Amino acid sequence: MSESKQFCTFFVNGLFFGVEVLKVQEVIRFQDMTRVPLTSPTIQGLINLRGQIVTAIDLRHRLELPPRANGELPMNVVVRSDDGAVSLLVDEIGDVVEINDDVFESAPETLHGVARDLILGVYKLKDRLLLILDTERTINVSAALTI
Amino acid sequence: MANNDALQQQLIKDLLVESAEGLDRFDREILAIEKGEGTTETPNIVFRVIHTIKGTSGCLGLNKIESVAHVGENLLSAWRDGKVEVSPEMTTALFAYSDALREMLRCLETTGAEGSADYSDLLQQLQDLLDTTATPAPEAPAAPAGFGLFEDEPGTNVPAPQPDAEPVAKTVAPAESDSPASKAPSAAASAIRVDVGQLDKLMNLVGELVLARNQIVQYSGQAKDSALIAASQRLNIITTELQESVMKTRMQPIGNIWSKFPRVVRDVAHELGKDVQLVMEGQETELDRTIIEAIKDPLTHIVRNSIDHGIEKPEARAAAGKKSQGNLVLRAFHEGGQVNIEISDDGRGIDIGRIKQKAIEKGIANHDQISRMSDREAFNLIFLPGFSTAEKVTNVSGRGVGMDVVKTNIERIGGSVDILSENGKGTTLKIKIPLTLAIIPALIVTSGGERFAIPQVSLLELVRLEAEQARKGIETVYGAPVYRLRGQLLPLVFLNQTLAGTSRERAGGSGFMQQQAHDTGDLFLKAREAHRNWLRKLRQVLEGTQTMTLEEAGSHTLCALGKWIYADGLKKFGAVPEMQALEKVHQHFHDAVKEVVAQKISENPVKAEAAFKRATNISRDVFNCLTNAEKRIVENQNINIIVLQADGRQFGLVVDGINDTEEIVVKPLGKQLKAITCFAGATIMGDGKVALILDVLGLAQHAKVISEVRDHALLDKEESATRIDNRQTLLLFDAGAGSRMALPLSLVARLEEFPRAKVENSGTQEVVQYRGQILPLIQVSKYVTTTRPSEPICSDPMQVVVYSEQGRSVGLVVSKINDIVQETVTVKREAAGNGILGSAVIQNKVTDLVDIPAIIRVAAPAFYENHSPAADSTPEMQAIL
Repeated sequence: MSESKQFCTFFVNGLFFGVEVLKVQEVIRFQDMTRVPLTSPTIQGLINLRGQIVTAIDLRHRLELPPRANGELPMNVVVRSDDGAVSLLVDEIGDVVEINDDVFESAPETLHGVARDLILGVYKLKDRLLLILDTERTINVSAALTI
Repeated sequence: MANNDALQQQLIKDLLVESAEGLDRFDREILAIEKGEGTTETPNIVFRVIHTIKGTSGCLGLNKIESVAHVGENLLSAWRDGKVEVSPEMTTALFAYSDALREMLRCLETTGAEGSADYSDLLQQLQDLLDTTATPAPEAPAAPAGFGLFEDEPGTNVPAPQPDAEPVAKTVAPAESDSPASKAPSAAASAIRVDVGQLDKLMNLVGELVLARNQIVQYSGQAKDSALIAASQRLNIITTELQESVMKTRMQPIGNIWSKFPRVVRDVAHELGKDVQLVMEGQETELDRTIIEAIKDPLTHIVRNSIDHGIEKPEARAAAGKKSQGNLVLRAFHEGGQVNIEISDDGRGIDIGRIKQKAIEKGIANHDQISRMSDREAFNLIFLPGFSTAEKVTNVSGRGVGMDVVKTNIERIGGSVDILSENGKGTTLKIKIPLTLAIIPALIVTSGGERFAIPQVSLLELVRLEAEQARKGIETVYGAPVYRLRGQLLPLVFLNQTLAGTSRERAGGSGFMQQQAHDTGDLFLKAREAHRNWLRKLRQVLEGTQTMTLEEAGSHTLCALGKWIYADGLKKFGAVPEMQALEKVHQHFHDAVKEVVAQKISENPVKAEAAFKRATNISRDVFNCLTNAEKRIVENQNINIIVLQADGRQFGLVVDGINDTEEIVVKPLGKQLKAITCFAGATIMGDGKVALILDVLGLAQHAKVISEVRDHALLDKEESATRIDNRQTLLLFDAGAGSRMALPLSLVARLEEFPRAKVENSGTQEVVQYRGQILPLIQVSKYVTTTRPSEPICSDPMQVVVYSEQGRSVGLVVSKINDIVQETVTVKREAAGNGILGSAVIQNKVTDLVDIPAIIRVAAPAFYENHSPAADSTPEMQAIL
């Protein structure tokens, strides 16, 4: 009965995250970005992805993690959404892994803050835990600063 | 009536196109069945085709087609439900049936009638097929799988396995009947249906092409290769044409969405017991498909609203002395690159008093605010969510949802809605929307190191103030910077502050120049800090707690200050000499630093210490240079003002630099950024970087330009209307010999500067080549009588006022252009004659008004050859006198 799924994995602030591979359009290196004024720091900027304009969301800020050290360039995990592609900025890219569903467990009740909203569940891998991100919710941010 | 006929024609045309496609599909599917390749979907498909034809023709009153279609539909329906099995007779009959439908449709297309052919035999045959095979229907439940049976178990289903020849022969029939249709380009053949997604994709690709074109054109502008230049010009032209053509494929006449309004109006009017006549003008006005889609619902809503709230019942109209039939007019027209749609009714109008009262009741505004509100603002209240003045909620409107949705929908596509109403006389809604959303001309500006695009539609003019002018010209009203643009106060918005989210309280008060200085100061602060940090590091290297490679030490581009110099400093302020000095001193500094590190590496502490001293000395110079450069830059800061129009109100947007105008491809922003009203979208620039497109309306609202000063704008308009008559805009200049002269600005085509070297002679006349024409030059001082003797002007370059009339131009050489003023002048005519119309006191000085036609008649008689001078003096001149 148990099925397996493939996940595209990446690291953010030492945490091991995964996004279902079918939701990922592509992974690209750091791109020059155009800053968008009047937005919260979650929106890092806009990327030109072969003629398509893609919003880049800083996962560290989105997940309320400490900011990236100066000079460290993030990677782009471009995910598909109903509203076009959105890029998630992550620290480092991991492998694409295939995991059996029976090591899945929904997120522990003790999770709090944004993580509770954004983390769908956890895959218990041998050596570590893979946190599965709800991409739809993750990219659902309204960036307007209230002034 | 004419409208109805046109509508009927349109619908028939649609039916023809649709049916032709449908019947082709029908034939293909039946053929497939016959070949045993049918799927479970097949009966559904053919049923739907026939059902559509039957339905549409029934609606249009084409009874014959409808009745023929109906019989076939019965059979197909039975087939679909598994009550009838396919047999060769049946497919044959079905082909004949589709031919019959085709024939009737063709007849309809050519003659406008369904034709007189008799199909009773065919119909009987179809009926028989239905009757004979339907009755047994033993395997009804298993039917969906049964279509394949034709192939799998021929024996069970085909009562008389007729030779294959018959169906094959019949399959030729539709092909034959098709051929006449393809010879004559019928409606079905001259138009094809294209997937809208395909068109959108095409549009996107053209957008990309436009970008690539821009890049190539930019690049070839610097190239010397004439073949490349020629090719890029051709590319340029073709791309523009392609862009236009593709754009056209997406254009639809607005009549397409209006066509349903007669029905809507009729229904709503009936429901409410009103009598309304609908008049539509400009149905052929074309709009982009996306825009058409976007305005469909808002328009319907407005129309319903107009009938419900606007137009009164016949009795009420009669009582008010109006015609009992209400009038609803839809007008569409192009104006200034935009589409205007007006929906006006001659109903009761909007009662301002009731709106205000309602606003208070609903707690939208308090008494005080309401009393200060202008009529226009009050009208606009109805666009607020939850606002409805209808006394009772009807089926049609009055639920308080709608007008706000109308406004948001229209504004979302870059349009605006305005409402005008006169109590008792009627209401007009004016909608302005852009022609297309895809590619627009825009001005590219820089602010805070980023580029932004400003749609050209909202752009009025550009004003550049030199540092000196800026200091004098920009004033503040309670901290709000303003500029006097031809006597009118223009509120200024500093783009970098607005986008930094700086509120005016912080920026204001201290005046705008300080703000500019403040921004520059921030930048230089960064530079100083960078250098200080670097010195600290160097000290640590000397003390041995840090290491540094020789390469790192010697490079003046790798350190933080170096990066600042080459990224920010020189790019922004490269023209400032102190900045160039800084670059040199910084290089020297690194030479010294290299020495420090070299000595350190060769473990010579004394020499390293000495070199370090030298380096710190030089770094003092670095700081000095920074200070001087900053001072000079703050002093010399020029101001670029972009005069924009938003919601009928002008304001000046101050930016760091104005780059160029470009055709940009508008791309939408992700939903994350939708809430930021300052940006209308983004575009990709020639270098592949993304630039944001400013939403002028949103920006004005964000900077609070609009709400605060709207009433002033209205007041100004009224005032200036009464004042404008006797005010003139005059160009003031020195003609030479120190005399002050004036000329109505409306007569001036352009102001030009020509280098002396460009002056040539044509006969005795001095001329220059100007825009592919020969421009005769006239020394004004020679032809006007002044008290002082006149000498030809020999300044280089020459200041020339270009005057044009009926396609010809002359250049008036003057010694200096002084100013442009707007003043009420009283002309005294004593001095008149000899090229002078009279004189007036302008700016407290006596100024002569030049009679240009008189001068030209003397100086360049050829100018008026073949046509008579406008008059003794031009109307503009007369206006002054």
